[in-house]
Amino acid sequence: MSRELSTVLDHIEKIAELDLDGVPPTTHVIEVENVMRPDEPRPSWPVEHVLEPSPEATEAGFRVPSPGQ
Amino acid sequence: MSDDAVKLSAAEAIERIRGGDLAPDELFSAYRQRIEDHNDELGAFLWTAPGAAGGTDGPLAGVPLAVKDLFCTEGVPTTAGSRILEGHEPLYTATAVRRLAAAGAPMIGKTNMDEFAMGSSNENSGYGIVRNPWDPERVPGGSSGGSAAAVAAGLAPWAIGTDTGGSIRQPAALCGIVGLKPTYGAISRYGMVAFASSLDQCGPLTRTVTDAALLLTELVGHDPCDSTSLGLPEPVRLPSRTDLEGLRFGVPNELNSSAEGVEEGVGRAFDRTLDVIRDLGGEVVDVALPHAPHGIAAYYVIAPAEASSNLARYDGVRFGHRAGNGTLLDLYEQTREEGFGAEVKRRIMLGTFALSAGYYEAYYGRAQRVRTKIADDFRTAFADCDLIVTPTSPTVAFRLGERTDNPLAMYLSDYCTVPMSLAGIPAISIPAGLAQPADGSGPDRGLPVGLQIAGPAFSENGILDAAHALERAIGFDVTGAMP
Repeated sequence: MSRELSTVLDHIEKIAELDLDGVPPTTHVIEVENVMRPDEPRPSWPVEHVLEPSPEATEAGFRVPSPGQ
Repeated sequence: MSDDAVKLSAAEAIERIRGGDLAPDELFSAYRQRIEDHNDELGAFLWTAPGAAGGTDGPLAGVPLAVKDLFCTEGVPTTAGSRILEGHEPLYTATAVRRLAAAGAPMIGKTNMDEFAMGSSNENSGYGIVRNPWDPERVPGGSSGGSAAAVAAGLAPWAIGTDTGGSIRQPAALCGIVGLKPTYGAISRYGMVAFASSLDQCGPLTRTVTDAALLLTELVGHDPCDSTSLGLPEPVRLPSRTDLEGLRFGVPNELNSSAEGVEEGVGRAFDRTLDVIRDLGGEVVDVALPHAPHGIAAYYVIAPAEASSNLARYDGVRFGHRAGNGTLLDLYEQTREEGFGAEVKRRIMLGTFALSAGYYEAYYGRAQRVRTKIADDFRTAFADCDLIVTPTSPTVAFRLGERTDNPLAMYLSDYCTVPMSLAGIPAISIPAGLAQPADGSGPDRGLPVGLQIAGPAFSENGILDAAHALERAIGFDVTGAMP
């Protein structure tokens, strides 16, 4: 994999060839104006529903091993 | 039900259904039968629906839809082509799928794809390859390879896919069908498994330009669940143009028939379509996109950087595959080691490297500046032309395995499509004819070549109109690969 990554990185180095002084970086490709909406509480899914796809859950959350074991 | 019904375009099928000559459930069953007969060979579908869900009285009249497995579908397996999501059933359905179902296009199945949409050949799927219906020893393109192959082989009348750097347009070109990447933000990304969020866009893969317009009509619109979704400023019109009078088509010097890597056969087919444009009254002018040759380099910084962040969520905690029986760190490492394929790991490493302290400005920062230059190039070019035309892919479909050991060669498949993605502008690929690969090893009749037509942001109606006139004049047989 290191050989493959090197080939790709060598190609990526092409961007170092360009003179980009004073060019602003793209932050969003389409010009948009921000729009605010009222911050109103809306109903959300019940906890047990959100836990359904979990590989392992308790009644209150996702179960994971201890970070310290 | 004869095979004739599956050769109809979606628009023709809608017309027959409305006229009472075709029942939607008959059409659905005919396609289900085609999938049963041919999918083992083709590998296009990962899941098929037992029956049509939803009404048939909407504008799409019950014509079934194939959905790339990148779209979340409630209660239906959604893998994004990855083993890390094997068996995962999302809690909700993507807005794009929901809108089309509500318009009367029930989902007939979920299609195979490169893992997390990373690839140009569909060989990176965790669930097996997809074969090109024009030559089973060749790739269908990617990452929406299953959707493209299904439509070309007559296993679905139309499909949706996603395009980050060419993932709709390139497989459409290699399979001889129509593929449209709309303006960034035209369609909601809600429920589309994220790859590179500043580039990802949903779009149709169809047999005709009119069918693409029909799907686009129902897909576009602002969605409160995706704050980057904008819709389009004017309604999508069904294309009707038959000539190109008064239109100027720009051919970029950097992406024309003699550009680096463009096969001779592809170049000849492209030049022939320039003649067709002139015959239809259009004007062909040279334009320059001087930074387009740096598109792939910038893209392979930006897209992996965004992917490395987006894919952090696959950690075995909340959904999907889980592995490891030691500490929490074991769980993370084992889950990701087992769940991700080689290309996904490669891109996560590239992305984290490009974003790492000390390299951020040299890679990510510079790439975003190159992106600005590429978008500026397009703005300058569109001052001299209405639309830009290029070959969609530098080559026809390549052989299975030909590029799997050389990621850079694979990445260069998107040489002509990546610049439009970086600029966020819409582009369509339509079949332009048939050609032999460079070594002449294709089937006698040749392999499909795609013509890409791009326009300024929100110019979908203009692109569809021009594509419609060209489609009619070129007269490509999109049913040519149906078994």
